[in-house]
Amino acid sequence: MTTATTAGTATAEVLREHAEDAFAAELAALAAQDDRPRPERWRLSPWAVATYLLGGALPDGTVITPKYIGPRRIVEVAVTTLATDRALLLLGVPGTAKTWVSEHLAAAISGDSTLLVQGTAGTPEEAVRYGWNYAQLLAHGPSRDALVPSPVMRAMADGKIARVEELTRIPADVQDSLITILSEKTLPVPELGGETQAVRGFNLIATANDRDRGVNELSSALRRRFNTVVLPLPATLDEEVDIVTRRVGQLGRSLDLPELPGGAEEIRRVVTVFRELRDGVTADGRTKVKTPSSTLSTAEAISVVTNGLALAAHFGDGVLRAGDVTTGILGAVLRDPVADQVVWREYLEGVVREREGWKDFYRAARENVR
Amino acid sequence: MSAEVTLLGVRHHGPGSARAVAAALEQLRPDVVLVEGPPEADPIIGLAGDKEMVPPVALLAHAVDDPARAAFWPFAVFSPEWVAVRYALEAEVPVRFIDLPAAYGLATEPAGGQDPSEPSGGVPGGTSPDGRPGPALPAGEGPAGDRPAGDAPDGVLPAGGPAGGDPIGALAAAAGHDDAERWWEDVVEHRAPGADALAPFTAVAEAMTALREDGGAGRRDELREAYMRQQVRAARRAGHRRIAVVCGAWHVPALATMPTVAHDRALLATLPKKVRTEITWVPWTHRRLSQHTGYGAGIASPGWYHHLFSTDGDPLARWMTMAADLLRQEDHPVSSAHVIEAVRLAGTLAVMRGRPLAGLTETLDAVRSVMCDGSDVALALVHDRLVIGDALGEVPDAAPAVPLQRDLTRLQRTLRLKPEPEARELDLDLRKENDVARSRLLHRLRLLGVDWGTPSRSAVNSTGTFRESWRLRWEPEFAVRIVEAAQWGTTVEDAATGKAVETAARAGELGALTGLVERCLLAGLSRALPAVMQVLADRAALDTDVAQLAGALTALVRALRYGDVRGTDSGALDAVARGLAERICVGLPPACTGLDAEGAAAMRRSVDEVHTAISLLENAAGPGPDRTPDTAPDHTSGTGPDAAPDPAPDNDAAISRAGGPDGAARPAADALADRWAATLGSLARREPAGGAATGVPGLLRGRAVRLLLDDGRLDSAEAGRRMGLVLSTASAPADAAGWVEGFLSGGGALLLHDARLLGLLDAWLAGVPGEVFTDVLPLLRRTFSALEAGVRRTVGAQVAAGPLGAPSARPAGPAADLDEERADAALPTVALLLGLAGPSPAGPGGPGDGLRLIPRQADRRSA
Repeated sequence: MTTATTAGTATAEVLREHAEDAFAAELAALAAQDDRPRPERWRLSPWAVATYLLGGALPDGTVITPKYIGPRRIVEVAVTTLATDRALLLLGVPGTAKTWVSEHLAAAISGDSTLLVQGTAGTPEEAVRYGWNYAQLLAHGPSRDALVPSPVMRAMADGKIARVEELTRIPADVQDSLITILSEKTLPVPELGGETQAVRGFNLIATANDRDRGVNELSSALRRRFNTVVLPLPATLDEEVDIVTRRVGQLGRSLDLPELPGGAEEIRRVVTVFRELRDGVTADGRTKVKTPSSTLSTAEAISVVTNGLALAAHFGDGVLRAGDVTTGILGAVLRDPVADQVVWREYLEGVVREREGWKDFYRAARENVR
Repeated sequence: MSAEVTLLGVRHHGPGSARAVAAALEQLRPDVVLVEGPPEADPIIGLAGDKEMVPPVALLAHAVDDPARAAFWPFAVFSPEWVAVRYALEAEVPVRFIDLPAAYGLATEPAGGQDPSEPSGGVPGGTSPDGRPGPALPAGEGPAGDRPAGDAPDGVLPAGGPAGGDPIGALAAAAGHDDAERWWEDVVEHRAPGADALAPFTAVAEAMTALREDGGAGRRDELREAYMRQQVRAARRAGHRRIAVVCGAWHVPALATMPTVAHDRALLATLPKKVRTEITWVPWTHRRLSQHTGYGAGIASPGWYHHLFSTDGDPLARWMTMAADLLRQEDHPVSSAHVIEAVRLAGTLAVMRGRPLAGLTETLDAVRSVMCDGSDVALALVHDRLVIGDALGEVPDAAPAVPLQRDLTRLQRTLRLKPEPEARELDLDLRKENDVARSRLLHRLRLLGVDWGTPSRSAVNSTGTFRESWRLRWEPEFAVRIVEAAQWGTTVEDAATGKAVETAARAGELGALTGLVERCLLAGLSRALPAVMQVLADRAALDTDVAQLAGALTALVRALRYGDVRGTDSGALDAVARGLAERICVGLPPACTGLDAEGAAAMRRSVDEVHTAISLLENAAGPGPDRTPDTAPDHTSGTGPDAAPDPAPDNDAAISRAGGPDGAARPAADALADRWAATLGSLARREPAGGAATGVPGLLRGRAVRLLLDDGRLDSAEAGRRMGLVLSTASAPADAAGWVEGFLSGGGALLLHDARLLGLLDAWLAGVPGEVFTDVLPLLRRTFSALEAGVRRTVGAQVAAGPLGAPSARPAGPAADLDEERADAALPTVALLLGLAGPSPAGPGGPGDGLRLIPRQADRRSA
């Protein structure tokens, strides 16, 4: 069914192409020139997969665009993990390109990034193991034909990479059905008295949000089947300001917000505040500050600024001012009403008050704190 | 000249080099071993073979007349030089150090600027500067004596070294690697010795020769190499046939081609005059091997190297097992399966990165990914304990005295303090210079763990801050402690500074740090203070326990006062104390909410401590003309937009005032006092509206009101109103009792001295309706029974004497017939006691100024 629709839709029409289609040329060039040993059923050698993600130039001059901008070490560990038949767990706060990396890894290794299970609180066991086509089941009784394999089961049979998004949102009992798959590399089908054994090349990439605790913590039995790679937040202030500015610009256009003056400065301040509270140290590295319990991800900084823009455009004087963003920051920082309040107040009094040129920000923030 | 000279070019502290050297020496069987190192150490080189000598150790050379001018040559088990020395001692062949004598290096004044791009030893990890603070200490150096430029025999000579400053870097780049360290590890350190043990040295020598073809050797290198060549010649003359030379790889080409003797003599003639130096062995630590100062030449991973060198078989699996063990001790669930997977991942990573063996990078990547769930926090533990390690060396007793001991002996002589085994008392008057110096010495020694003097209570006077009493007793084991402390520095001051900084970095609790600050101040270690204060500020920023912060603040303020007595610069201290006070102001109200009786009692003590500390902090800031506690402190408001005078102790007003334009230049003391008052005010207002857990306990609210009242920030009418509210029947009896207790605590006598308070209570009591009175009586009974008997009796007498509603109604018995003349006669004495200049006439302002200096007695217990 899935294959039918994909085949039937012209690639130009879809809103977003799969990684293996969008970068088909690069993948082909890499495969053509890749003379290093490949694990069985891998389209590329581990080295070429890393090159595909990190970018580079091939001997024949083909330029591979970087898919992931970040530490080389991370990509190398991730690819190596998949080559050692251990499952890979990508951790990180929202907006650190976990899904993006997992999609491209699957595309480069198996040429197929579509074997995907989206984890939600309602993900059933069928999505991880298999379901039944009830019409078939009733008509002909239990048989292979009546079985509806999950993406994971298909990946096992074909020796491909399966992906599980937001693993920690999946209920614990469903999560644990992965244990047999990952340790025994087999999926028993007791109804038919058989099993599906994974062939070489099968592996699994899961992503999870590491600040968002308390969802469904992985059991230690499952956890130890994974090698964990934490995708870091943007390394520098400028990098993060750049990301926020770009995303805010895109969002603003889609929300039909007018371009407002004063935006650049406020974005820098918002990102500075987020980074300082997140890192627990001021940008100059001199003073430590407490860290609130909230995530303070780049994604939240983006929404704070977008929110501020909307406020300034519709209710303000048309200039993005400190007051427009401080309310949003407060909402982002204060997750625990007591402890985070102290953190924020200390930060205001200890850091913001003394900072050159932040007087308006300090005042605006003070007004919001009680 | 038929002698065969074999040059073994090494990387200092390279475990692979060390293995290669061991194998090469085994194959060569030389009859003399020459090692790059200070020749002054030749007489004590035999100690290296002593059973009690445990690396890491260092050779420490210092100028006799100035122990602060010193240089270190550290050796670890995995240092090729150490291997060579041990080999020679075991094979009973002569071994000699052949580098330029340390005496030349120490002859020149250490210059300030160190050239980071000058690893003249030519190999990464070759230098090992010690990281002690302070510019007075010349940087230590690797066994090759890879001195920073400032330490060169002739400071005006241009720094040597090849273009780009990094020969290995150049080689690695030529081989297409961007990381020189890793490349060297791959091609040399991780390579197992082959059939011909000398082959790797030939290859390295060739590479170095190619590198040195473009010149690049500095003048200083030329001098050192000339000296080394002379030593090689001397060994030949002595009739040795098979000479092995262990030196930095960079020097190999220069030693391979021998110029004429005259050429080298001419070069060496330019050397400055030697200074008299002494040299000895001192214990060293892995941590100090790993320190970088300025130019990143420290050994980043001594623990890892040690493991590589000392483990036979599969180092990776063993290391992973050690890491797992360590993590298990810290409650990380790590199983054997994890170890297996980590070894596999590290191996595969190495293959993917094209390395012959998994190096430290791969190993750590694997540990992080498999054992630490991707967390850098757990990995930091592994890094600290395994990659660097805690190894501490030992030195036999036969080693010559360390410079620290000499410095101590010199100080003991100049300060006339003889080390005696029997205990004696010593009273020091800190107004005398000699006594201050003695006190500092004793305090510094205590920091170093040498408890020669222990503070004792003086028989003469125990309260004056300018007097200090010690009990002196010299124990024989102090000599050992001093040898141990030698790693921190060559003089008592340097060593104490180094130790203090290190202790601060490892201190766990805020209290330990503030204690350390006090000790640093007492010991006059102004150079250690900035580092210690930085750690303290960082730690305070993360501490959420208000009680701990309060304890720290009290200690700091106390330290500030010591600083005053001892004339130490305490600007940094003041800033940190204010920061602490700020944090307490923010954190106190939430921390006080919902406390039980016990917690409230503890918190009350903290609140009292902070109150005292903040008022002391104010006083320390220097009294201004308008700093009487009764004026509303709105003079700091300046022209700020929020500057409207606001007599009520309102939180927001106080804070905006401090944020005013002139508050930025110097946070005025009053701003802090205001904030504290605002905090107390908000504390007093937080009544438990719905159950005890929803508000601040009565004890603390009463205490807050009392403190505000004492400071004149509340008038007695307001205090009375609050007391009335609290003591009404609507309040829970326990809460009301607590309030009164807090209000009256520590100051029962105050009811006598301040009739206003007693009046308040009396008026309220008289106004209580009869039936309520019987309910309230037990509460009051309890509070008053805690007061002193004398106070209770006098209070009773005063109440019985008549109505005392207003302060003016104070019983004025003796005041009625005051003998003015007799009173005047006492004035000069009082003035003298108060430290006023001369007997002041009772004019307006005069006594007022003096009275301001009297510390408030409000909180002093009258017991």
